[in-house]
Amino acid sequence: MMGEYDVIIVGAGSVGAPTAVSLAEAGIKTLVIDKRPSPGQGENKHAIGGIRATHSDPAKITTCKRSIEIFSSWEGRHGDDIEWTDGGYTFPVYREADESALRSILPIQKEFGLNIDFVGPDRIAEIVPGIDRHDLRGGTFSPDDGSASPLLAISAFHEQAVRSGCKFNFKERVERIITEKGEVAGVRTDKGEYRSPVVIDAAGPYSRELCSTIGIDIPVRPDSHEGAITEPVERFFSPMVVDLRPGPGSKNFYFYQNQRGQIVFCITPDPPIYGTDGRETSVFLPQVAKRLVGLLPRLKNIRVRRVWRGLYPMSPDGSPLVGWNEEVKGLLHATGMCGQGFMIGPGLSGVLARMVSERQQPEDSVILDGFSPYRKFGGDEALR
Amino acid sequence: MSTRRIEHHPILEVPVRKEVTFNWNGAAVNGYEGEMLSSALISNGVDIFGHHPKDNSPQGIFCANGQCAQCLVICNGKPIKSCMTPLIEGMEVRSVEGLPEAPGEDAHVETHDIPVSDVDVLVIGGGPAGLSASLELGKRGVSTLLIDDKDRLGGKLVLQTHKFFGSVKDSFAGTRGYHIGEILAHELSGHDSVKVWTGTTAVGVFSDGLVGLMKGDRYHLIRPKKLLVAAGARERMLSFPGNTLPGVYGAGAFQTIVNRDLVRCSERILIIGGGNVGLIAGYHAIQAGIEVVGLVEALPQVGGYKVHADKLSRLGVPIWTGHTIVAAHGDERVESVTIAKLDDSWKVIKGTERRFEVDTVLIAVGLAEVDEFFHKAREFNIDVFSAGDSQEIAEASAAMFSGRIEGLKIARSLGLDIGEIPPEWNEKMEILRSKPGPIKKIEAPDDEQGVMPVIHCDQEIPCNPCSSVCPKGSINMEGGTITGLPWFDSEKGCIGCLSCVGICPGLAITLVDYRDDPDRPTVTLPYEVWRDEVEVGKEVPVLDEDGGVLGRYRVDRVVSDPRFPGTLMVQLKMEKGVAKKAAGVWLQETVRDPSGLYEKEPLPDEAIICRCERITAGEIREAIRGGIRDMNHLKAVTRAGMGSCGSKTCRPMIQRIFREEGIDLGEVTDRTDRPLFVEVPLGAFAGVGGDDDG
Repeated sequence: MMGEYDVIIVGAGSVGAPTAVSLAEAGIKTLVIDKRPSPGQGENKHAIGGIRATHSDPAKITTCKRSIEIFSSWEGRHGDDIEWTDGGYTFPVYREADESALRSILPIQKEFGLNIDFVGPDRIAEIVPGIDRHDLRGGTFSPDDGSASPLLAISAFHEQAVRSGCKFNFKERVERIITEKGEVAGVRTDKGEYRSPVVIDAAGPYSRELCSTIGIDIPVRPDSHEGAITEPVERFFSPMVVDLRPGPGSKNFYFYQNQRGQIVFCITPDPPIYGTDGRETSVFLPQVAKRLVGLLPRLKNIRVRRVWRGLYPMSPDGSPLVGWNEEVKGLLHATGMCGQGFMIGPGLSGVLARMVSERQQPEDSVILDGFSPYRKFGGDEALR
Repeated sequence: MSTRRIEHHPILEVPVRKEVTFNWNGAAVNGYEGEMLSSALISNGVDIFGHHPKDNSPQGIFCANGQCAQCLVICNGKPIKSCMTPLIEGMEVRSVEGLPEAPGEDAHVETHDIPVSDVDVLVIGGGPAGLSASLELGKRGVSTLLIDDKDRLGGKLVLQTHKFFGSVKDSFAGTRGYHIGEILAHELSGHDSVKVWTGTTAVGVFSDGLVGLMKGDRYHLIRPKKLLVAAGARERMLSFPGNTLPGVYGAGAFQTIVNRDLVRCSERILIIGGGNVGLIAGYHAIQAGIEVVGLVEALPQVGGYKVHADKLSRLGVPIWTGHTIVAAHGDERVESVTIAKLDDSWKVIKGTERRFEVDTVLIAVGLAEVDEFFHKAREFNIDVFSAGDSQEIAEASAAMFSGRIEGLKIARSLGLDIGEIPPEWNEKMEILRSKPGPIKKIEAPDDEQGVMPVIHCDQEIPCNPCSSVCPKGSINMEGGTITGLPWFDSEKGCIGCLSCVGICPGLAITLVDYRDDPDRPTVTLPYEVWRDEVEVGKEVPVLDEDGGVLGRYRVDRVVSDPRFPGTLMVQLKMEKGVAKKAAGVWLQETVRDPSGLYEKEPLPDEAIICRCERITAGEIREAIRGGIRDMNHLKAVTRAGMGSCGSKTCRPMIQRIFREEGIDLGEVTDRTDRPLFVEVPLGAFAGVGGDDDG
């Protein structure tokens, strides 16, 4: 036995690191265990950095509004520059069906307090100079959304958690969750055993593997997406641009220009590429480049610097799986972020800390109902 | 053309090229069509290509090899590496001040699918290893694509004006490097199964077995059955304050500008590092008419061949062993450099600092394998081989053997019956890779009559042209091996044909002829620098092997032998007492006095480690002291290694800081390398520009 904790978090990533901050700040004795050598070395560093509250699902909207508060106020509160930029999000549309889909979710988005509107093509061309205007019908623009550096943010979360008393064990692999009489009692790793009445499953793509050690099947299935970043150029547009149209071998794609002037982009493969292969392919760049220069021709001269491939821990319906396990007391799922862990994690951290300390607030229920691992998995969210 | 052009060179022919006009920051300037834009700019006195967006620091040439991005300029609206861009008439070129702008070219562009080709073998790199491997593959009819990012084959052979060491029989010893490149390239052109793409850069390998290439401005994907990485080496950098000032760059970069591009990029240089690269660069500088203030080596003796060091000493270049560079100084470029003596624990001895006014500091502190393609390909289960410096840093002659061996291994792995790979190739490669041995001496015969060679070759190195060329078979290798010291067998005699003097790559053989006048024998000294310095009738200072002055002697005759182009044989009469001691002509008689102490104590933490992102040693040290042991985490927090070059230069320097901080590198997680290894415009991936090119 190598220590006793109130909570053990498995995974120092997009969800685990900010959750560690909330727990430690609440005085809860917390240990974070990660098989990798430092924070965010799993999927967090593969995120491109977009943060939006403009979803169609109330739970996501509520969570991400909280995330935006945390990201946007972080530097003021803690002093670390995490490159938060409120550049907004825009979904330009070229097809009638996309326009009506986006317009149909505006009422619920507004009901939950989002600053979003459907704007005309001229406005879109103003916020994305050089965008292809042929058949451009306009699009949504939500100026309060933004972006931050996943690399800097997770380092800041890690440092704040450490300052608040949280312990991190890196290069240590959790082999199984330990249960006693049907309740969580701790974890066993490749280095020893730790006791704790609560284990938070923040293992992302590896949640299924983790939970299977105690016979729990959590429906997380990773698929892979590639992303890339260019050299920096003088900033000429601010928002994340999401093109919902499909292309050969792909669904939507999205890109933005970060605070340093680099274009960061990603595409959704169709059909999905399931598995945990994180190795870069030759398919991605030609596929995404055609679409990028088609939508915004002036990108053609900007040079791609680096490519990577990351995993989306997919749930059956594209929404996270957050909540207490009903079979094993003390196992708290916070997984299945479907590629949105970076923008959702911080917003969830407070709820998770309140769940552990049994101080849930009534407003938390919209999140917990929406993300319940026991919900009925229907169709995809309109705006995944 | 400007005065920075090398119009005459003692070894290299200056080709006739077409002059063109282009614009630099709005002013019309001239250059030669097809030369690299960076060299055209340098020849016009441009040493600063722009200023860094982070701290406005001036950016000058650094690698001259397409590996970094320090030479970035805006050409016709687009950011490009000037060292890899051939000059075209009318180019509009601007310096990059801060971040470049993406030009508002908003017209719809046609995109195309990227061509994918299959080939049996893809060879990355057309230097000595890649050429030799391709030749073996070509001889066996294997379908091979050889690519090289430069506009001509030969790799770094192109830069080598000196005669090669090694063996005459199988690695062209005694032939000048750039000629070897031409010979191999010519030989290769006779093999139809080998396709050559110059101007083609490998940019990434992918897990689906494909290799991405940029051929000019077009992107291609190649699916090779076998991949050979023969991409050579890149230069290591040092950490010292001022280490990124324009005017601090690698010795290889210097050779590229001076010998390939024939641009005299500086007036006065100081060299850091006494390996062969640094020693040869010093020699090349003098051939190009550039003053070498001195060469600094931290070790108690130079690591390169003694014959190279002797050549440099004899030309009048001081070699300071047990010294290091403290700092380079200057505002917008190097104006001076401070060096100092080291104590036994490698610390600078206070009070020994000396400052020299120079405009250039060449860094020649070793090479690192360009092996990222190899490692990535192996990770991706591609059947990959490596040869030459990509495999192990050594002389080009070893690279040729390694290329031949790997070429045959590849042929065999494709199922060809190649028989046995000659075992002596391996042996020879290992010999050629061997480090120079200790200094020892075989004295010349005592006789003072007749004619005889005097061999000033006092170190075991793999080299035997003198023995091969002697028509009397009088020069023997000690122990009968290529690394043995050569000695003259007076029994067999000498006919005074001068072949050994002409061929010796180390310029370490003289001929002393007593036949006309036993008291004042005629001494023949090899000489490869400026002909006008050794005109007949001129009195020249003659030095002994260690650079000591023997006196001034009148040049009687200058002989050249078409078999040994570029080497002049200077004949003068000397007293018989010193004749055998004479080893060379002292060229650079001016010895620079140090210009006093540099007043400010430079902080080593000011040194830039990541030159792309401008991250200092201090920032990295602080992060390491804060507990970071993962290079990826270090990158995330400091941005070191996140820039254009992908940590090619800073990785070894960061590792060194970890060691300085007492951390075992075994504890440190290495950074994850990812494609691309060279930046590529998005439009190229989109196939912009059409499918008119196969």
